[in-house]
Amino acid sequence: MQLNHREYAGFREGITVQDVIDENKFTWPKLVVRCNGKVIWPQDYAQTVLQENDDLEVIHLLGGG
Amino acid sequence: MIHICNVERYHAPSAEELQALRESHVLLKKYDYERKPLHRGYTDKILTIDVGTKEAMIADIPAEVKEKFIGGKGYCLRYLWDAVNPQTRWDSPENEIVMSAGPIAGITQYGGTGKTLICTISPMTDIPIDSNVGGFFGPYLKFAGFDALEIRGKSDTDVVVVIDATKGTISFEEAPMEHFDAHILCEELTALYADNENDKKNIAVAAAGSAADYCNLGMLNFSFYDPRRGVTRLKQAGRGGIGRVFRNKRIKALVCKIGGVKANLNDVYDFGLINKTGLKFHREVANNDAKQNDMRGVGTAYSLRTLADYDIVPTHNFKFGDAPGIDEMTAAVFKADWLTQGAADGCWYGCSMACAKASDHFLLKTGPYKGQRVCVDGPEYESAAGLGPSCGIYNPQEVLEINFYCDTYGLDTISYGTMTAFLMECYERGILNKERTGGLDLTWGNAADDLEMMHQMARNEGFGKIAALGIHKQKEYFAKMGWGDMNEMNDFGMEQKGLEYSEYSAKESLAQQGGYGLTNKGPQHDEAWLIFMDQVNNQIPTFEDKAEALYFYPMFRTWFGLMGLCKLPWNDIVPADNALTDDPKMVPEHVENYLNLYYGVTGQKIDTKEMIRQSERVYNFQRIFNIRMGKGLRANDAIPYRSAGPVFEDEYLWREERYDTQLVELAGYTPEQVKSMSLQERMAATRKHREDQYQKLIDAVYPKRGWNMNGVPTIAHLKELGMDLPELLEIVEPLQ
Repeated sequence: MQLNHREYAGFREGITVQDVIDENKFTWPKLVVRCNGKVIWPQDYAQTVLQENDDLEVIHLLGGG
Repeated sequence: MIHICNVERYHAPSAEELQALRESHVLLKKYDYERKPLHRGYTDKILTIDVGTKEAMIADIPAEVKEKFIGGKGYCLRYLWDAVNPQTRWDSPENEIVMSAGPIAGITQYGGTGKTLICTISPMTDIPIDSNVGGFFGPYLKFAGFDALEIRGKSDTDVVVVIDATKGTISFEEAPMEHFDAHILCEELTALYADNENDKKNIAVAAAGSAADYCNLGMLNFSFYDPRRGVTRLKQAGRGGIGRVFRNKRIKALVCKIGGVKANLNDVYDFGLINKTGLKFHREVANNDAKQNDMRGVGTAYSLRTLADYDIVPTHNFKFGDAPGIDEMTAAVFKADWLTQGAADGCWYGCSMACAKASDHFLLKTGPYKGQRVCVDGPEYESAAGLGPSCGIYNPQEVLEINFYCDTYGLDTISYGTMTAFLMECYERGILNKERTGGLDLTWGNAADDLEMMHQMARNEGFGKIAALGIHKQKEYFAKMGWGDMNEMNDFGMEQKGLEYSEYSAKESLAQQGGYGLTNKGPQHDEAWLIFMDQVNNQIPTFEDKAEALYFYPMFRTWFGLMGLCKLPWNDIVPADNALTDDPKMVPEHVENYLNLYYGVTGQKIDTKEMIRQSERVYNFQRIFNIRMGKGLRANDAIPYRSAGPVFEDEYLWREERYDTQLVELAGYTPEQVKSMSLQERMAATRKHREDQYQKLIDAVYPKRGWNMNGVPTIAHLKELGMDLPELLEIVEPLQ
């Protein structure tokens, strides 16, 4: 599985988008999550199970002046 | 939680006090003028005041200046260039402070439309500094009839300059009895020039503070009157010592009085379009802010806790990126215990983002106002991170008190925070000790002595005189005294071009190292904030990608400074469906909003290409201005190693596994080689790799910006931009 275009060492059977966010401490409030190009909305993070060949992007939007 | 409905109004100066102030004023000179109303965002007039001769002159802004420089920072730099010469320094009489709000500034239908840009030759960098500020003064200056104000000369007595648009007068006055510290001075002048309580909102004041008399990091406050609280509040043009120049000219304050803010004082081209665009934005803030950044609840300090999770907080002078005590000063703590909720906290009319939070009736524990209760603005992220974790301080009360005194004394919170952190590291390393600091114990986290140092700066005494210099000159002084090694201090003193870094650790983002190092004015994040794109999102992995970002973002963000716009409404709130767009990080709908605002105000249609082109003209002009003043070349874009990697052993050991892994994955060592290397060898290898990377980054960025390998804009590029002006060619031709 790829996370932000890098091999994700923490992949395991049954891992969800929410698990990836928690494990990486992605606490930034404005994230755009895409799996294989499809947007995953926050309410679906915990139910979205990732597969070995998935390409996951967790894009942190910019902020600040 | 404190709600605005429970906040008591602040006490205003009494009628007797005001009468005494009024009677003490001496009118030195007064001019009548005819106010020219705005048309499509411009008056096309500039006001020049000479505080030495007490002259006020009004001139037309030529069409070619308007075409190439647009407004805001563009106007400031153009007029500053014309005023100075390569020998001009910050305290030369011909050095000017130029301010301009830009064509969109002053509309009240969209968020963040009240910004003013200010430029001067900086006492910290000896090159032009630009700094942006909210508050009323810039928009009111436009309503008073002026797209820009340039201030030259030096007064021999403290002077207040009053622009009264209601009477059509510009006057120079001595005002000997008013205080110097900004929170009182602005309150006094607001009350003094208002016809009544209701009129206070029509008064804008610009003032520095008592420390700006002595400190290179002196800043300039712009006031905005808060009618709900009954108090004059302050926003800051913080960077680069503008307040020091202001006080060196012996300006006590500028006052601008208008007849009132109305919906269409800019006389815009398409008011309906602006209204429609604004309504869309306000709905977005109302529906999404609480779910996104909660700017209305805590302001930009929302990011303090979460940035520690990414090793970005500049803990202990940027040594580390996490912050062990950060849970004591999270957004939730500020919101629950310190920042008043439910108030319309915009620093300009119509800003529904309302991020100018305040701590009300805050009890001061130190200094000349000890025991008094005051209104403290902020802290914004930069202030909180720089005054807090950077110095090892995690107590919100202490951070707020330091923030308050910075503001009222006229000190830049960013430079003050980064500078104090440098001094604390010097203290830790034995470069400083109690004998050298006059008894101050600058141990990490010692807020009491941090504050005492600041009070000394305001009184121009003791170690405060050394602190007043800023890091660049402190390094020279410590080396001269034989206290510290210059090379070592250059590694951990977080300044570049003479300006202190703003508050993001860039060690794991090469692009952000360039985002700081390749700036025009010095390491401020307002040109490019690329850490997430680079370090976390991995969206710009190659040198070519990073170079493109370091071309595009500085140009895109410069545009806000030409227009009089705040950048926060661009990306600190996004439409609910932003994730579905092709490029969510750019917030395409908001970019479209800005193009609509520009069209709605000026009647000129532009696209993003022209937006970038407008900025690029001014950006290259500023680069050549730097060269003219003796900097602006590749050598001046060097960065302190602390910005790129671990300087000391404990710093490497903090993320040893990460650095060791990078030696294998990025620097070409085998795991066996790394295992056999000593700590010092691994640190040296890491340093060599990271410094090489930075040079390769520069090699990629300069051509992308149309510059040669010494960082000089090429003549071909200037011609392409329509900026092959004779005065620019004269500078760059010998350097091609």
